[in-house]
Amino acid sequence: MRYAETGYNLEIDLTRGNIERVETDPRLTELHLGGQGTAAKILWDRVPPETDPFSPDNLLIFSTGLLLSTPVPGANRTAVNTISPQTGLYSHSLFGGFFGPELKHAGYDKIIIRGKSPSLVYLYINNDKVELRDASHLQGKGALETGALIKKELKDQEVQVVAIGLAGENRVYSATIEHHNSSASRGVGVIMGDKKLKAIAVRGTKDINIARPAELFELCNNMYQYIHDNPHYTGDIMAHEDDEEFHVDNFAWGNARTRVKGFWNKEREEKWKAISDKVRVRWTGCYNCPKDCHQAIKYPGRHTYFTKCYSKLTYAMAAFKELDFDYDILGVTQEYGLDGFSTPQILAFAVELYEAGILTDQDLPGFPTDTGERFFYLVEKLVRREGVGDALANGVYWAARQIGKGAEEYDHNSIKKFEQVPLKLGMINYPYFLMYATGEKMNITQIEGSYPQIPIADLEERKKFVDNWEAAPERFKKWFMEWEPRQHPTIEASVNICDWNETMHYVDDAIGTCAWLSSFRGQFGGRPAYHIYNLPKFISLATGMELDTDELWKIAARNRNLIRAFNIRRGLRRVDEAPPANHWKIRDPEKEQQTLDAYYEFKGWNKEGIPTKETLDKLGLDYVSEDFVQRGILTGNEGAPSKETSAETEKN
Amino acid sequence: MKDQLEKKKVKRIKINLDKCVGCRACEIACSAFHATPKYSSINPARSRIRMVIDELNDEYVPIRARDYTKAECDGRHVYTINEKEYSECSFCGAVCPARNLFKEPDSGLPLKCDMCVDDPPLKEPLCVQVCKVEALTYEEYEEEVKEEVKLGEMEIGLQSLVDKHGLQKLVDTVARMSQKG
Repeated sequence: MRYAETGYNLEIDLTRGNIERVETDPRLTELHLGGQGTAAKILWDRVPPETDPFSPDNLLIFSTGLLLSTPVPGANRTAVNTISPQTGLYSHSLFGGFFGPELKHAGYDKIIIRGKSPSLVYLYINNDKVELRDASHLQGKGALETGALIKKELKDQEVQVVAIGLAGENRVYSATIEHHNSSASRGVGVIMGDKKLKAIAVRGTKDINIARPAELFELCNNMYQYIHDNPHYTGDIMAHEDDEEFHVDNFAWGNARTRVKGFWNKEREEKWKAISDKVRVRWTGCYNCPKDCHQAIKYPGRHTYFTKCYSKLTYAMAAFKELDFDYDILGVTQEYGLDGFSTPQILAFAVELYEAGILTDQDLPGFPTDTGERFFYLVEKLVRREGVGDALANGVYWAARQIGKGAEEYDHNSIKKFEQVPLKLGMINYPYFLMYATGEKMNITQIEGSYPQIPIADLEERKKFVDNWEAAPERFKKWFMEWEPRQHPTIEASVNICDWNETMHYVDDAIGTCAWLSSFRGQFGGRPAYHIYNLPKFISLATGMELDTDELWKIAARNRNLIRAFNIRRGLRRVDEAPPANHWKIRDPEKEQQTLDAYYEFKGWNKEGIPTKETLDKLGLDYVSEDFVQRGILTGNEGAPSKETSAETEKN
Repeated sequence: MKDQLEKKKVKRIKINLDKCVGCRACEIACSAFHATPKYSSINPARSRIRMVIDELNDEYVPIRARDYTKAECDGRHVYTINEKEYSECSFCGAVCPARNLFKEPDSGLPLKCDMCVDDPPLKEPLCVQVCKVEALTYEEYEEEVKEEVKLGEMEIGLQSLVDKHGLQKLVDTVARMSQKG
């Protein structure tokens, strides 16, 4: 019997309209757990490196985390993986809400979508009944509106829907997949649109088997109470705070260049609080989680939508506007299905180009004078790929090169061709340098999170913190005790901090626990609900697999290396691992490269950032190292990269 | 048959719609409690409390499974509360043909809330225990009710004949019928 997972994937071929239910290999669960771990394995096996993101051979995979539909609180996240047309690399996004648990109750761990539909369709899954249905009547409908229309059409309020808006339909690179209070971003909505899949609706009523159910239920009940009782250690504190000083004073405004000093004051806080209180209709949570990190927003004249933490500021800050502007424009962009992190960057970039004379009135006929109105104007161009919107729809990196005339200079905030959170700071931070440089999830929030961002000045307080720090492996306690304000961690510590931070995300990505209870949360307060020491028990009780901390860490490392290998095979190299030049004012290129060397060495990668044969074989990824040697990516002689590193050199 | 006042314990779950965050923990706990063996599985489809959620209308209503009914209503009210429209179904716990709620997924048999009867008794039903935001709260109180002896099906029929024809006439008729054998 399969525990915690259903043991079946749904394979959908949109070109032929073929639907299959395929039993999965339980050995893969032991090796990769689930979620994006097993998705990475499928992508490695089935999507060769020469595959164009817009090819019908590109896969779009929805993966439930391994612990979804078990009693584990906050395990409700679904991973979406594909190849991004923006980066040309592996694309990863997670969303919460209610979709994943419903899919599992319908009897599937994953939906694997290949091919392209000849016309716009949606997928309807009702337990064993799975069908593709015409979606021509949903063309151009808003992402959340589509969900409501499908529920009405199916006469079932209980179906859970994911859908794209106009942005996805028009293959805008920053298109999202929206679901209820959550959205999947970073290059997945564009592929759903390319495949002409408007939505997926799922309804499931089957049971999930648990290996040791009574014990797990008791453990989870206690955890549920802990999460509720510890608001300072779990969930999204910032979502509930009206004090936005951290964001508005530390993050850059406009096109990620300008810091606005002294913007924040008591008066503004009261004003903004009043705005939020007025438009917020409710705080809401996700499936089986006692936190309420999402605001349901009803802005006058707009449909209801949901926000989390920082997205309520991204548009306002990019446009130099007040909070009400953000709530207003989100009412439009959420329905179009646009990424709330990337999109404001793209719009602010276009405004800068106009002000610099690179974009002219010819490119933007009737361009308004007010930045807020300009943003609304540009959004319409962007989602329809109209005029200059066609370039902007490809993201800042590609748009800059398409527009030319020096526009490249204004693309100063992307890594691996992807827009970054505009967090431009003064002094280089080495653990963060590594996370930005080597991360493959394109957003720092998906990489950082276990080790605190700032030291504790008071020695007594620091000691108290460390004494209660159950989540941390011993070595970090030592480094944290030694960490004085305004002091850099050693190279060794920096490397380990990056490693621990990313490892916890790779765990969450596979089992579906929310980062706000786990990988993202330890950095604030040090007592996340889930950590590397207590998670093995949850996983063991749910799945029946014997698992300890070391083994869990190893699985995370296996997934990390497999995804890196996938990207290496698509051409990723050291040269791509560079945060923007102005990311910090004060840099030390020599030490940065030393730190990067040390990180690669620590990870068992060569100087180009390619996992060595030894590293891959030790993790049971022999088939990867064989592939690398065959392609000439590795010579078989450790340490030296081949001269032929391009994916194009593949022989067959 | 004499009526008398009796004290009866009433169990009540109070629902505050304004506090609900829509996490569906109530459904999860309920299905676990009623699984066999207990806590062996969670499956909202088997829960005897269900969330009616329409997130775009800000509608979050937990409803508790009540009695089975063969027929659906012939007309339904629509309530407007604070500018939000609610269907009457949003508040109705009947297991009825109009919808899929509260039907055991394998057999289709109706499910009914039993307030988590257990030995030893729980301090409050499990759905209330897991509702940390206190959208669900529990109270017990005593009520004085007129204790009526419930009549059986035949007694109800006979009573109506008594009411119509008088007891003596009924007895005579029954005696005559039995003699005819």
